[in-house]
Amino acid sequence: MSDMITFDKVDKRFGQTVVLDQFDFRVARGEKVAIIGPSGSGKSTLLRIIMALQDIDQGKVSLDGRPLWDAAGGKHRIKPTRKHLRDMRSLVGMVFQNFNLFPNLTALGNVAAAPRHVLGLSQAEAEARAAALLAQVGLSDKLQNYPATLSGGQQQRVAIARAMALEPEIMLFDEATSALDPERVGEVLEVMRALAHERDLTIVVVTHQIGVARAIADRICFMEGGRILEDGTPQQILNEPRNERTRAFLRAVHLS
Amino acid sequence: MALIWEYRFDFLAGVWWTVKLSVLSALLALVLAIVAGVARSSKLRVLRIASGVYVEFFRGTSALVQLFWLFYVLPYLGIDLTPLQCATLGLGLCFGAYGAEVVRSCIQAVPQGQLDAAAALNFSYFQTLRIVILPEALIMMMPLFSNLLIELIKATSLVSLITIPDLTFQAKSIITKTYSSGNVLLVTLAIYLVISLIAASFMRRMEKVLSRGRQTGQPA
Amino acid sequence: MTEIFSWPFAAEILPALLRGAVVTFIATIGGFFASLIIGAVLLALGRSKQTAIAWLGRGLVELLRSTPLLIQVYVLFFVLPDAGIVLEPVTTGILALGLYHGAYVAEAYRAGLDSIPRGQWDAIESLRFSRFAAYRYLILPQAIAPLVPSLGNTFITMLKDTPILAAITVPELMFAANDAGSQSFRYVEPMTMAAIAYLVMSLIAAFAVFLLRQRLGTRYA
Repeated sequence: MSDMITFDKVDKRFGQTVVLDQFDFRVARGEKVAIIGPSGSGKSTLLRIIMALQDIDQGKVSLDGRPLWDAAGGKHRIKPTRKHLRDMRSLVGMVFQNFNLFPNLTALGNVAAAPRHVLGLSQAEAEARAAALLAQVGLSDKLQNYPATLSGGQQQRVAIARAMALEPEIMLFDEATSALDPERVGEVLEVMRALAHERDLTIVVVTHQIGVARAIADRICFMEGGRILEDGTPQQILNEPRNERTRAFLRAVHLS
Repeated sequence: MALIWEYRFDFLAGVWWTVKLSVLSALLALVLAIVAGVARSSKLRVLRIASGVYVEFFRGTSALVQLFWLFYVLPYLGIDLTPLQCATLGLGLCFGAYGAEVVRSCIQAVPQGQLDAAAALNFSYFQTLRIVILPEALIMMMPLFSNLLIELIKATSLVSLITIPDLTFQAKSIITKTYSSGNVLLVTLAIYLVISLIAASFMRRMEKVLSRGRQTGQPA
Repeated sequence: MTEIFSWPFAAEILPALLRGAVVTFIATIGGFFASLIIGAVLLALGRSKQTAIAWLGRGLVELLRSTPLLIQVYVLFFVLPDAGIVLEPVTTGILALGLYHGAYVAEAYRAGLDSIPRGQWDAIESLRFSRFAAYRYLILPQAIAPLVPSLGNTFITMLKDTPILAAITVPELMFAANDAGSQSFRYVEPMTMAAIAYLVMSLIAAFAVFLLRQRLGTRYA
């Protein structure tokens, strides 16, 4: 099985703070991985690096065998030109904690915008694709709603449809259910679970909600201090964690 | 540039008038702004309406029109003002109206909780105004007043059109005497720029003095 | 002269004042559109990656905002002909209004762009929009609604600044009123009528801006 995502000894700092520390990470094609860990452990930065929203200081990152980042001593050995970043981004879709929908467009407009203006489909084709995706996430009756008139759960389902509209091979979920009211988490999780059944789609979910990780992932990584401290099946990590830090984290999460 | 040096005393006389006029009309405007701004947020309807009419009228017509009106029309009504009085009154009334809006909006921005606390302490209306509202609002007003002061300094150039020998007036008369416009105007622009920068830094210092010891954490 | 305000005289000078008001209207509209374009240019200069150009842009904005419009009007009026550029007074006036207010418009544009949350840019990048498509379909539509109040204010302020153009013989309303006054030595009527006309025009403009805000405001919260 070929690797879809590879991190090879990656360092990332923000000023004095070390976010990724000699970070090694591999995700195979079609794998569904959840990254759990306390806030500030570098989880979100990891996703932003894969999405090419953030560069690295040191090491290599490849997607589907193609180099995305390659840096040494803060110098880029692959020039992060707009063209390179946009090429690499065609592999990846991302769903954000705060949805980041475009407030000036309807639900349909949000999903159709990228197919229309990035892929160059006709307006009719783009809207047909958008309508089909919105139907998949159960929002056929909200096509003409503006984001401000949708609930958080509905907005996040639109955001998932929007990311899927470019047919990515990798889907990233950055705390996608954390900004939602508890009773709204279920409807978004349902959509994510449906995506997890697609055999070839690679998924990386960052969350601090154990339930979300359990529902989506066939592999869970516990991350703290810029490193992965434990890596295993959901069964192993959640039920019989070996690392002391993992146990402490799970206890804290179960208490809250 | 030798030309500029030759007319240096004309420039200086102009600067003196511009500064004098700016200070006088700014003081008048400040008083009017506080009175009208407080009146606009008063509970008494008469006061609200009266100050509303004042503000809307003077914001709705332009400063130059007001200056011309005072300069040309008042004498017919039997009121004779010197050009300086006329200019101070005109600019003061106009910028007092703009200032009143600043005062009103900053008074409204004082958090309700502070008013509740004042009410709970049984402060009278004027006590609340003096002890709670105005000191709090004043800090919010400072940057806005600073902008208004710059606008006012720039607007003093209009008085050159009602025969007051300010900097702009002097610049124009030097141009008519020498037919050399480029250098004269360049120097005039530079002088105004310097005056504005000095006024702005003065206001920043005032703001610092007023908010001394208040900014302990992040801004609200 | 027994009465202070003579109605017959007012009626007599009304047509001249109305002709002046038309010029005022033209100068305001012209100056407004000039300021929209000049503001964009100034913002682009100020945001340039070339430090020298960025400094030039920001210095220009500072200069335009810190010096009187009247002086700037004189500069264009006296200096442009020296440079061989001869324009109608009204064109000079429109250009001066555009430059002066362009500096304020540039600030408004900047505030509009800054008001767009970071997350929007993340979403745009992750969906691979080109810069042009991002601005055209996503950023500008979002930036324009919050711009309406400040651009509306610019328009109203511009209207009230047009009397300054009388100083370079633009035949606008104030010029017409002054002209009527100096011919008859009666200033009460023309000056009062001009003042009322400016008040009415700026109230109408303010109401129009209010309506526009309402319409845009209901589209999306």
